[in-house]
Amino acid sequence: MRDGRRKITYYRKYGSLIVTNFTNLYLLNIPITNTHKFANSYKFAICNKQLIFLTQESYIIADNIISPLGFSTEENFAQLKQMRTGVQRLEKSALSAEPVCAAVIDARRLDDEFKKLEASKPFTRLEQLFILSISDTLKQNPAIDIRSPKTLLILSSTKGNIDLLDPENTGKFDKKRLFLWETGNVITEHFGNPNKALIVSNACISGVLAIILGKRLLEENNYDTIVVSGGDIMTHFVVSGFQSFKAVSSEVCKPYDAARDGISLGEACGTVVLTNDKTKVKGTAIAVKGGSSSNDANHISGPSRTGDGLLLAIERTLKEANMNASQVAYISGHGTATLYNDEMEAQAITTANLQDVPMNSLKSYFGHTLGAAGIIESIIGIQSMRSNTLIGTYNYNEPGVTKPVNIIKQTTERTVNNCLKTAAGFGGCNAAVLFSKEA
Amino acid sequence: MSDVNYISAFCRISSGKVNVNHSIMFTGEEGEAPAAFIKSVYKHYQLNYPKFYKMDGLCQLAFVASELLLKDNKITERYNKEEIAIVISNGSASLEIDTEHQQTISDKANYFPSPAVFVYTLPNILIGEIAIRNLIKGENTFFIFDKFDAQFTAQYINSLLNSGRAESCIAGWVEFYEGNYDAFLYTVEKTPGVIRAEHTAEQLLNIYK
Repeated sequence: MRDGRRKITYYRKYGSLIVTNFTNLYLLNIPITNTHKFANSYKFAICNKQLIFLTQESYIIADNIISPLGFSTEENFAQLKQMRTGVQRLEKSALSAEPVCAAVIDARRLDDEFKKLEASKPFTRLEQLFILSISDTLKQNPAIDIRSPKTLLILSSTKGNIDLLDPENTGKFDKKRLFLWETGNVITEHFGNPNKALIVSNACISGVLAIILGKRLLEENNYDTIVVSGGDIMTHFVVSGFQSFKAVSSEVCKPYDAARDGISLGEACGTVVLTNDKTKVKGTAIAVKGGSSSNDANHISGPSRTGDGLLLAIERTLKEANMNASQVAYISGHGTATLYNDEMEAQAITTANLQDVPMNSLKSYFGHTLGAAGIIESIIGIQSMRSNTLIGTYNYNEPGVTKPVNIIKQTTERTVNNCLKTAAGFGGCNAAVLFSKEA
Repeated sequence: MSDVNYISAFCRISSGKVNVNHSIMFTGEEGEAPAAFIKSVYKHYQLNYPKFYKMDGLCQLAFVASELLLKDNKITERYNKEEIAIVISNGSASLEIDTEHQQTISDKANYFPSPAVFVYTLPNILIGEIAIRNLIKGENTFFIFDKFDAQFTAQYINSLLNSGRAESCIAGWVEFYEGNYDAFLYTVEKTPGVIRAEHTAEQLLNIYK
């Protein structure tokens, strides 16, 4: 029983667990050796000889998307409902010597919106997006105290202020601005947040990972509010790199479609604010129920053929959310529209027995927005749950993956009680997160 | 089982020295450039991994440090590979190779972007390289800090292990930028290992000085 007592101590650290009778736990035939794992999936207490499941929930209390389709979640969602894309063919641009299809935020509108904030000093394009996106969430919900030491900012970005490396921008900002930790300092200083921002830079899963981290850090009880913001901008740097891979489609990308031939790139910024205090929720309560990351351990720039890495992340996410595959209402896929990514996803989704669940990709609306993708696509999933509307996959016509996944063609109204968001990226990384609506 | 986790082994490569578990195992030549020093460590230990030569400097450093860390502490033989996490951070992300990619595209008359360079312009590629080499499939995250954040690293990885999201972890800091290099990789387990140090911020800072 000495080991047992040590476990009880550990559970107390989680705040939400009151194990009053360890012997009862044992008699309930739960294998003691697995209890710490068990506790993670199903937090519990024993009261009056009954096992009671408890959870430390993470609720979404505000969100924002800035993309070529709009500067708020509502504005973006309204465009997607009408199946309007933000990806455009740019005949001449600073992004590429040749014409390129990309989703680019209108510079004049960004300038106009940012001027309204009356900021005192110059900020880079990406910093402006972060500041605008976070400011919008603070306006939505006055319960968010951005200056509190109990509020943490998590930033997700793959390339940060990489445009400052371009010779055209030399000297406009201090070289220090190239470092992502400095981006964190600039943003926290602007908002007067006393904590050092936590920066995640993990390729295309960064956004999903940042939300999962937010949930996990709330479980630790060191913070009561976590502002998760993800952004990346369109640069010649990124476009030329993907072009050198011959990965960029000459048209608006076609996720999961038979004629898909590569990605469209995009720029965006998105913010979700999480809290463990349900009283701060305005409107429909949506919680982050589980999340996980994994690695294919297969190839640095190509996904696994079998989808086993993504499958692992999905299975662990469902387990943490205490759900089985048949309960999943909607999947917001990664769907970059490369041959290999979409095929890999279809393999993983089918092996997870999720092939009948309605699924879409938003890459043909926003382009691949890298560090923002996981966050803005999650927010669209959340908005789908709030409005019981599933967005059709723009440019999807004919099934083009070898496993029959259920791709949503047209925007449809139906009850959406939960959303599984998946992501995969260079470095063989995968991630999944599950959001659920409370009645 | 308790909530105490241990730094079970470590490898530090910095200032021309390789330190594994408090023993200096290899010293480079005076004034050796970082890339040359990392290659001489690779050769000295006969690591024999052809992919090493495709990697950028940051990944080469991380790879060599991970090999020397795991050589004597074979966690991949003791844990399910889906239960091993990799959590690594640095300050400059991939700015060293980013600068190289930028040079290939800045001059329109001499324009030659290369996928072999561009693929390394993400810091988490080094996690991918370690994962591929060791077939590790667990949780993976790359963080950016201005300097190694022992407090956050210890706290986050302890919570990964204590919540059952991982059984062990390869953790640390790998920096390679403008002639500065510093790799500090270590394993975290529920059992003490050769180092016998609890996985706390204080102990990390005792080792990583």
